[in-house]
Amino acid sequence: MGLAELTIGEAAAGLDRGDLSAVELLSAVLERASMTEAELHAFLTIDRDGATRGAEDSDRRRAAGEQLGPLDGIPIALKDNLCTHGVETTCSSQILAGYRPPYDATVVGRLRLAGAVLVGKTNLDEFAMGSSTENSAYGATRNPWDTSRVPGGSSGGSAAAVAVGSALGAFGSDTGGSIRQPAALCGVVGVKPTYGLVSRYGLIAFASSLDQIGPFARSVADAVTLWEAVAGHDPLDATSYRGTYPSPRVDLDKGVKGLRIGVVKELSGEGFEPAVEAATARTVEQLAAAGAEVVEVSIPAVEATLSAYYLIAPAEASANLARFDGIRYGHRAAGATTEEMMARTRAEGFGPEVIRRILLGTYALSAGYYDAFYGKALQVRSLLQAELAEAYAVADVLVSPTSPTTAFEVGAKAQDPLAMYLCDICTIPSNLAGHPAMSVPVGLDESGLPIGFQILAPALGEQVMFRVAAEVERLAGFEARPAMVGALA
Amino acid sequence: MSSIAPGWEAVIGIEVHVELLTESKMFCGCPARFGGEPNTNVCPTCLGLPGALPVPNRTAIEWISRIGLALNCEISPVSVFHRKNYFYADLPKNYQISQFDIPVCHDGWLEVAVDGELVRVGIERAHQEEDTGKSIHVGGGGRIHSATETLLDFNRSGVPLVEIVSKPDIRSAAQARAYAQELRGVILELGVSDAKLEEGSMRFDANISVRKTGAPEFGTKVEIKNMNSFRSLERAIAHEIDRQVSVLESGGRIVQETRHWEEEAGVTQAMRTKEGSSDYRYFTEPDLVPMVIDEAWLDAQRAVMPELPAQRRARYRAMGLEVHAAEVLTDSDPAIRRLFADTVAAGAEPKAAAVWSTGEVTGWLRKNATSLDRIPLTGTDLAELVAMIGSGAVSSTAAKDVLNGMMRGEGSAASVAASRDLLQVSDTVALAAAVDEVLAANPDAIDRFRAGESKVVGFLVGQVMRSTGGKADPQLVNRLLADRLASSP
Repeated sequence: MGLAELTIGEAAAGLDRGDLSAVELLSAVLERASMTEAELHAFLTIDRDGATRGAEDSDRRRAAGEQLGPLDGIPIALKDNLCTHGVETTCSSQILAGYRPPYDATVVGRLRLAGAVLVGKTNLDEFAMGSSTENSAYGATRNPWDTSRVPGGSSGGSAAAVAVGSALGAFGSDTGGSIRQPAALCGVVGVKPTYGLVSRYGLIAFASSLDQIGPFARSVADAVTLWEAVAGHDPLDATSYRGTYPSPRVDLDKGVKGLRIGVVKELSGEGFEPAVEAATARTVEQLAAAGAEVVEVSIPAVEATLSAYYLIAPAEASANLARFDGIRYGHRAAGATTEEMMARTRAEGFGPEVIRRILLGTYALSAGYYDAFYGKALQVRSLLQAELAEAYAVADVLVSPTSPTTAFEVGAKAQDPLAMYLCDICTIPSNLAGHPAMSVPVGLDESGLPIGFQILAPALGEQVMFRVAAEVERLAGFEARPAMVGALA
Repeated sequence: MSSIAPGWEAVIGIEVHVELLTESKMFCGCPARFGGEPNTNVCPTCLGLPGALPVPNRTAIEWISRIGLALNCEISPVSVFHRKNYFYADLPKNYQISQFDIPVCHDGWLEVAVDGELVRVGIERAHQEEDTGKSIHVGGGGRIHSATETLLDFNRSGVPLVEIVSKPDIRSAAQARAYAQELRGVILELGVSDAKLEEGSMRFDANISVRKTGAPEFGTKVEIKNMNSFRSLERAIAHEIDRQVSVLESGGRIVQETRHWEEEAGVTQAMRTKEGSSDYRYFTEPDLVPMVIDEAWLDAQRAVMPELPAQRRARYRAMGLEVHAAEVLTDSDPAIRRLFADTVAAGAEPKAAAVWSTGEVTGWLRKNATSLDRIPLTGTDLAELVAMIGSGAVSSTAAKDVLNGMMRGEGSAASVAASRDLLQVSDTVALAAAVDEVLAANPDAIDRFRAGESKVVGFLVGQVMRSTGGKADPQLVNRLLADRLASSP
């Protein structure tokens, strides 16, 4: 096994022992990228120079005997909707082609402070709108387990990069499942933290009340390390949580004995692939065998959450994306008047899915429609929150599949937005509620494609969520590696 | 100003925008001050760069709370920011963070005096928002439609703005002006804005409709913009009332529209209407959390509230000042009001203290382009002068010269009166001699008096005054003359 396949924990231990250097680790990762990128296209930008400087600095710090954190010298990839000072940040959109932010997102700043080596910017569905990473103005990302298939989305680039070893960990953003679903489809761990726990400052917004930045990793422990590096109050984000919360790390090895695990009744049945249902059921049985108390919970509002989500998220997006007008940055079209210039810039700069959602959101907020659409969607959101509160009265965590299906063929749903939207059915409730949730790989389907198991927890419930996830990881014993990685060996 | 045609009644509401003079902008740390090179007081947030987030300015919220208290408003215990969506080149996010259904302040009132009559104008709301940048149209005479280029300066973008909306309680242009002036007085007193009309840190829009006197329903309203002085506000409203009445009287119909006040032509002109109706698609700003304003917060604001103009006017009236004198003193500079207070404290009668403070002292300071803090005049000095006038030591006319000397630093009232030889001669013996001299020099005058020509007394008094260099007490001269004329053989 090469350096690129180490977990963060293993790599950090190796760095500490002096078995390897950050520069060596980076070159292994960059070599992995150079071997896979032509086919995979996980990255939009690889910042070879910046990363090399970062790795050299880390090695210098280590040589100087400084006390270093667990991410010092670790190569990390960033979704291309996270602002990086001086490094092109496009959101996979033509409208931001060539845009170099003059500042770092808070998350990026914290990673730099932790000594992480920032490898580059990963592909996504344009403005994080999609579930397959096909809606990118710069070309689709492929699934490393089967390159005829999608990696999921919208953070498909980050998921694929971690799965294949082009980074040891990565960050994405999750508005309706954009971390968890690609994590499931690429066989890695993906976490959406509690809303407000990770600063959104510098995350190019899709839907502000739903967006949350979170990590991808190849182990639950690594995910905790990444989560710890970025969580915590940020005065630059007014929605950032100010209080304290329990550390997840201390409970990682506690097991699930005595925990109550609620299986969400509505997240099964029609539309769910048998292999996915079987893997979920097996995992639940293993948890029961490990001492958890399994209960079935019903959350009827789940049926309406998809509709509510596809009103709330586009409504917020319609305002969030209004700033891309060609005046101050990014693409600018020609026009005889300011208005014409703005309109043409937007028509040329945005892809079809982005335009669809802006139109949808604008319509939902319009006078005369607001109450019937946006207002109703907010009611569903409140109802869902109330039902989840009831569920958490009888269960410590809830579980479900992460995605109803494993990775689908490239192009299979590209022309059918509704089918694509259904990919998010299991993940959307956590975003609408602001709760944490994560996906852990638990097995493969008959085609050898990974299956993700989702663990949901109440707000600030990361400690119990990671505790269950660690147990699921142990029980599943998921050791498989993507076909693409196997082929390299 | 023209009054309204008989049989018609005007209904006027005023919207006022006030820029707060906080150190930093509403949602970022940039300086909120004017001036400086264009686009120097800017950051990712007030430029609307992708990923940047707003954080509310605490001072601005304190200040709008004080404005609300000063305007007798209810303060919302929980108030919410909304996004107001519209595309405009100087609005960097293409939405303005404003407030919609739950403003910080609502349902207040402000009492204004018009022609000695008190009118209570209701305050609908006062809400917090952010200012836009400035468009500078180059070429074509600076008008947008003929400009060849538009430059944008975002230094003003994000400056805290409070919008104060009156109820439609105003019935005349004069009332509108009085309301606007009173409101400006309140804002200045609170010290929350420099409220400069010419510079746009206080801006007025007026909503005007007319109806038959006693009609239950409002007429169609027209919004008037671009009035940047109290005079133009009054003129524009008077003109618009006349225009509407003559349209209606000639069988026409009022169109709901926005009209621009053309100062030089003295008319309102319909503005080119924007395409489509203005549907701002308001929705809750998801980047901000609701603002909680509790009693402790309000108590802290009440504790620092200054005396407001209405309270001050009432206090002066209670001290015995006439309406006009109280008005003039209320509107005087704080230093003049302090001089008045010190003079009264030193024993002067309030009416006299007010006359001298707001009259001779204010006039002299203005003429000499100086201020009280640069001259030696104190309240004690002024009280001494007032006392000398009262005792007849100096005449009112001579007192002006004495004051002049005092303000030039020549000394106290007594010493200036002495050194300038302005003490009134009340010495009966000395004056009797002067009277005798005058009578001796004018023997024919005695004859004319005896012949019944009583007006000759005035001539004689004048002669005595002349011979004493104006220092004689005129009443004493009169009495002495009368004695002599009656007793002469």
